[in-house]
Amino acid sequence: MKILHRVAVALFATLLSFGVSTSASADKTKVGFIYIGPPGDHGWTYAHDQARLEIEKELGDQVQTTFVEGVPEGPDAERAIAKLAQTGHKLIFTTSFGYMEPTLKAAKRFPDVKFEHATGYKRADNVATYSARFYEGRYVQGVIAGKVSKSGVIGYIASFPIPEVVRGINAFMLGAHTQNPNIKVKVVWVFSWYDPGKEADAAKVLMDQGADIITQHTDSTAALQAAADRGIHAFGQASDMIQFAPKTQLTAIIDAWGPYYVARTKALLDGSWKSQDTWDGMGAGMVVMAPFTNMPSDVAALAQKTYDDLRTGKLHAFSGPINDQSGKQVVAAGAVADDGMLAGMNFYIEGIDGELPK
Amino acid sequence: MLDLIIPSMMTMMTAATPLIFAATGELVCEKSGVLNLGVEGMMLVGAVFGFIGATVTGDAYVGFLIGGFSGIMASLIFAVLTLLLVSNQVATGLALTIFGTGLSALVGADYVGETIDRIRPLYVPNAADGPNVIQLFLGHDPVVYLGVLVLLACAGFLSRSRWGMILRAVGDSDVSAHAIGYPVIRIRFAAVAFGGLMAGLGGAYLSLAYTPLWAENMSAGRGWIALALVVFASWRPIRVLFGAVLFGGITIVQLNAQAIGLGIPGAVMSMLPYLATIVVLVLISSNATRIRLNAPACLAQPFRPER
Repeated sequence: MKILHRVAVALFATLLSFGVSTSASADKTKVGFIYIGPPGDHGWTYAHDQARLEIEKELGDQVQTTFVEGVPEGPDAERAIAKLAQTGHKLIFTTSFGYMEPTLKAAKRFPDVKFEHATGYKRADNVATYSARFYEGRYVQGVIAGKVSKSGVIGYIASFPIPEVVRGINAFMLGAHTQNPNIKVKVVWVFSWYDPGKEADAAKVLMDQGADIITQHTDSTAALQAAADRGIHAFGQASDMIQFAPKTQLTAIIDAWGPYYVARTKALLDGSWKSQDTWDGMGAGMVVMAPFTNMPSDVAALAQKTYDDLRTGKLHAFSGPINDQSGKQVVAAGAVADDGMLAGMNFYIEGIDGELPK
Repeated sequence: MLDLIIPSMMTMMTAATPLIFAATGELVCEKSGVLNLGVEGMMLVGAVFGFIGATVTGDAYVGFLIGGFSGIMASLIFAVLTLLLVSNQVATGLALTIFGTGLSALVGADYVGETIDRIRPLYVPNAADGPNVIQLFLGHDPVVYLGVLVLLACAGFLSRSRWGMILRAVGDSDVSAHAIGYPVIRIRFAAVAFGGLMAGLGGAYLSLAYTPLWAENMSAGRGWIALALVVFASWRPIRVLFGAVLFGGITIVQLNAQAIGLGIPGAVMSMLPYLATIVVLVLISSNATRIRLNAPACLAQPFRPER
């Protein structure tokens, strides 16, 4: 019986730890991370984990980092966040949109702990938000796709109909339209951030329907690999995925969170941390394009020029005139979309067929 | 139009293959009177060990076999518990699924994001020529054909062979079969192991051919669909084949409908296999003779040999 009891205690302890993996020892400021997927997804979570490693590299003598992976968006998230706060973490990055409410709830319970919520829009005194202007990268992808696609049909694997994703689809089409005004995009919603099977299914279906370029707003490499199987082109997502499809990837949007994470951790250490909203793009180096590969050199040059123009601010991805699907003008000629419109974007631009799911 | 239909049908067939494997195995298992709800767990175990096997040996086919073998191992846990220790089959099966989900996540953690050389199709037409009808028959990978062959072999085995009849007898009346002198427990052990082998192979197909990577929980409910499929097919192997194409195809049709621009909510489509199963269950129970014809009478009943 005694042995059984011990086993039970050990099991319980393991369950309690909830997969928390910690590196280094005490006396250091603890910084925690909540991940939606595994760091090995080579997409969204991988990019955040790379940034976490940058903190360790730069500030490893003062800071120790912890991450909890695969935390579902919902009640479990609050428990995981609170667990990090309880175990002495002073700064906690919650790295998915769906952690917004759980983060705010946990922040209320732990006023001394600072929180950083990615891609959200609700803040508190101890909750800052941050995001990157990925749409700039989508615009570059659109330019490339408009030039490279022979069938004129692009397959777009989307996750959830939230402004972040809708904005990406619109930016992609704005870029594509500059090269091919008749280009079509087929959007498939998989209602998941990370479900390799479904992402691959979606890619296959889109290719079955004639798409010859696949782009995705989901986190795994499955769609890219499915495209590689059929010998067509695709874009990587969140990190450079070229190793998974050396002959397929045209480029990838790389989420470069590292500099931001290091700066915020430094701010925590010297006491200057304040709740704020950060939305940086290519200009600040938060969005980086992977090398332009598997395309003719003139397309690569065009992509590079678009990238440079966006980076230096010479070009804005949402430059008017832009009409919505009903033909109503939403951005006037010569103007650019303001951040309010971008942040709440819930409509398709003209030229996209199909309806936004509600 | 042909350009759309042929690739869609191909995609549906690959979606059906893991279901064909898992459901055929479960069907044989249930025909012997054992209900193993651990299919999902065994598939995940097969998927992860198959993937690890392929990574280590560098050969996807070796990985496929390892996946099947690990499925057997997982099913033997279930067999020992339910057949020798006579534990409740439903509870043990559920436990096996939860165990398999956790074990596969633990073992596979280091293999997330790895790449392998996947199981490849037999025949790939020249991309420039577009899809053609030959591709429909020869364009799959070998595992797809293996799945159909095994299913047909099981159909023949159950309906025509002596041992198939004995297996059904054990499932219909374990006490009588025991009284005549058949080794009920041993036969059920073999049936459960076969179910494990098939679930393992189905899982390995997912990680080695369908989406050639390992991801936690990648079977995404296919084990449950396979269980529903056995009932849907009212324990007839040939119907499993059609059901698998139908159930596997629903996801593909759903995504196709979206890409075409039909506004059917995805959640409704993913409910359909289960709704269809409920309808079949109602049909079965409305007609008592149908139950007697196909459903194993001793399904999920514990059996203790008295002498």
